[in-house]
Amino acid sequence: MIFAFLLPALALYSLFVLYPITQSIRYSGYDWNGLEPLTDWVGLQNFRDAFADPLFIEAITHNGIIIGLSLLLQIPFAVALAVLLTRNLKGRGVFRTMYFAPFILSEVVTGVVWRQIYRPDGLFDQVLAGVGAGDLSREWLADPKIALYSLFFVISWKYFGFHMVLILAGLQLIPTELEEASAIDGASFWKGFRYVTLPLLGPTIRVSMFLSIIGALQLFDLVWVTTKGGPVNSTATMATYLVDWGFRRGQFGFASAVSVIVFGLSLIVALLYQRFVLRRDLEGALTT
Amino acid sequence: MTATTVRTKGPSQKFDFGRGLLYLIAALVLLAIIVPLSFSIIGGFRSNSQLAAQPVGLPDPWVWTNYQTALTDPSFYGWVRNSVLIALITTALVLPAASLAAFVIARYKFRGRELVFALFTLGLLFPVAVAILPLFITLRQTGLLNSPLGIALPQAAFGLPLSIVILRPFFRSIPRDLEDAAAIDGCGPLRFYWSVMLPLSRPVLSTIAVLTVVGSWNAFLLPLLVLIQPEQWTLPLGINNISAQYVTDTAMILAYTTLAMIPALIFYFIAQRQIVTGLTTGGVKG
Repeated sequence: MIFAFLLPALALYSLFVLYPITQSIRYSGYDWNGLEPLTDWVGLQNFRDAFADPLFIEAITHNGIIIGLSLLLQIPFAVALAVLLTRNLKGRGVFRTMYFAPFILSEVVTGVVWRQIYRPDGLFDQVLAGVGAGDLSREWLADPKIALYSLFFVISWKYFGFHMVLILAGLQLIPTELEEASAIDGASFWKGFRYVTLPLLGPTIRVSMFLSIIGALQLFDLVWVTTKGGPVNSTATMATYLVDWGFRRGQFGFASAVSVIVFGLSLIVALLYQRFVLRRDLEGALTT
Repeated sequence: MTATTVRTKGPSQKFDFGRGLLYLIAALVLLAIIVPLSFSIIGGFRSNSQLAAQPVGLPDPWVWTNYQTALTDPSFYGWVRNSVLIALITTALVLPAASLAAFVIARYKFRGRELVFALFTLGLLFPVAVAILPLFITLRQTGLLNSPLGIALPQAAFGLPLSIVILRPFFRSIPRDLEDAAAIDGCGPLRFYWSVMLPLSRPVLSTIAVLTVVGSWNAFLLPLLVLIQPEQWTLPLGINNISAQYVTDTAMILAYTTLAMIPALIFYFIAQRQIVTGLTTGGVKG
């Protein structure tokens, strides 16, 4: 009887989440254009083709680079700012509100605005020139060597505030007595941070890292509106590769194989993370 | 160094170098956030030649034509209308489905309960991209392409995991005694859910509603592939198209992006508490 309460959610979830995912797995074994009956069974050929395509490998690499940069730069930056904001700063509510604000904007609006900022002689170049670094001016989105890093900058601009707020909430759970005690014992701020705050903040930082990785694996909107994966494939991600093959070239079978790979990678990351890093705070990770 | 950097409590302190540096860093980051936003807002009031010559500072003279064009563009209002409609339908689907499911998972023991919950939490890992091709086929078969429902139903389904995960601990924290008392008064599970649980959980429910609206408002991938007719486009699709249509007309693009930003920012400043607590409570509970 009480099961009836579960039905709406289960029906919705099965129909639009679970069923499509199983279908993806099924389609991935066929050579299929999405229209005719599914008849052309090719086994694992789509997967072999994907991994043999240097462009797909490049796309995976780009996702990997974004993950690496996020973990090395964006999250430490968010931690630093969060710690800074807890230090009795006047107007910190305003700082927090404003840092978080870009998170609320759609990736489309963000991407379109930043495309204008990055234009040759646009705002970005003029600001650089204004602080005497005009020599650094580049074709920010048109130079294949740096377009991905320009995008990473936008990603950080949009998301560091989210991570910072997450970490701020984590900091609030740390009793100030502990930090005060370490200060009384003569520990410097840095030592107190290193040996008291940081370890206690561990679970929150791990959640932040996890969300960052999962987000980077799925990166699509921002890339699609700014570069569509170009120039010369230099910003393609697994998701743009998937949409390109599925919807532009009509290779539904092949694109499904790519989606199964994305799914598999997300799952592996999640399981590894749960196994080796999260453990106790699994529930926390999944709740955000 | 030690003395200046220990976290202090007193509001009155002498100015010192360390604190000055903190404010400088905080202000620089603030600038990095505000400059791009105001570039969009004020840029819409420039002409393109002004933008090329002087993208910072106030426009001279103020150009009104860009915003005028955008504000008198009937398709712009169409996008807003479609976005609002889809966000409302999505929320109207998520709230009852998620709260009923979370209620059962949180308060009733049954075989497979953990499995059901695990299945939902697993959904937090599935990006829409993974299911997009079969979803497209299903929507085509059921005639839901180019329909608001074609976006709202999958979006609601993908929104369930986060909602259930936020609701479950809250529902669990409501004392058992309350339910026993209600049962003695002849109140069944449905009555208890409706007249006790829901009123008590209004803050959490509003958090979920806010998160669902934001997610729906910003969605791009699914609408991009499903809403093919321009009359059905949502705001993100419209803006994406504007940026292609006015490739060289930066000022015009900025007028549109600003108008698209404003509802989101207003919504954020009103519902900031719900958004921030919703996204962080779970995240740090550990």
